[in-house]
Amino acid sequence: MTTKALDQVVANQLKKTVPSFRVGDTVDVHVKIVEGERERVQVFNGTVIARKGRGINESFTVRRIVNNEGVERVFPIHSPNVVDIEVKRSGFTRRSKLYFLRDRVGKATRLREKWVGKAKKTDTSQ
Amino acid sequence: MVTALLGKKLGMTRMYDPQGTITPVTVIQAGPCTVLQVKTVQTDGYHALQLGFGTVKSSRQKQPQIGHARKAKSPPKAFVREVRLGAAAEQEVGNTLTVEVFDEIPYLDVIATSKGRGFAGVVKRHGFKGQPASHGVERKHRSPGSIGVDSGSTGRSIKKGKRMAGHMGCVRCTSRNHQVVAIDKENHLIMVKGSVPGPRNGYVVLARAKTKG
Repeated sequence: MTTKALDQVVANQLKKTVPSFRVGDTVDVHVKIVEGERERVQVFNGTVIARKGRGINESFTVRRIVNNEGVERVFPIHSPNVVDIEVKRSGFTRRSKLYFLRDRVGKATRLREKWVGKAKKTDTSQ
Repeated sequence: MVTALLGKKLGMTRMYDPQGTITPVTVIQAGPCTVLQVKTVQTDGYHALQLGFGTVKSSRQKQPQIGHARKAKSPPKAFVREVRLGAAAEQEVGNTLTVEVFDEIPYLDVIATSKGRGFAGVVKRHGFKGQPASHGVERKHRSPGSIGVDSGSTGRSIKKGKRMAGHMGCVRCTSRNHQVVAIDKENHLIMVKGSVPGPRNGYVVLARAKTKG
């Protein structure tokens, strides 16, 4: 009952459509950045290694390697600063959190690509 | 002007502003409250309103409560509290106060009964640091240490008010200066910044902040 009321309060803050993506996907996250007066959109590309929380608290973690250094960014899904999430590749994975990728370097960080066919289109993991 | 209301804490969530900044908010159901009694200087020596909020199951209603509430043409209320006023209120018994009383108010104080912690040790209750984890400390890692000295002829008493382990929580607690983030008049909800005392579904008193705004 209480949870329902809380969900109602933030209902208008949730994004109407959240792009469908899963853990293991390689994504482009379009992030709004304010530099003084100017506003621009930056793209952060990487692998989704975690997705957690529910409702307005939902967030996901994207990991990529920059200059041989692992970089992870956590994005709140419903933040107005996250403009778009584009799925570039879908990786096959058997677990929900890919934290083991942190211990891997180079070729070992690749994920087997998911077979993309008819099944993908009916995928309603949201 | 009445700038206080009774309510119920529903829980916490977060809100975004257009810049993407997250504000943690507590959602409180504020009112509607019924005025059960109006106290004045002439009759009681001070100005106050007695407000009632929430419903009582019919099997739990007591005759004195029913009789008291009947004067306000209302069913008995689960949570009844008095609100002190500086001057006579332009309110009558039976009036209903809604969250609109907080329309122009930027900050609120929230009064509630804090969550009970039972018999708590000094580390949790008073923020003592306890003893080291190692260096020869055995089975005393969260103990208070020395509580006084033996000064020989002047006695060996422990000072009054010495902070020790004991019952913690479950006391009336005021949390000051919560920014009002949003008001939902339709559903009688008010969103204040930060956490407030008490459990979810606990009753709270909301009042205009004493020291801010």
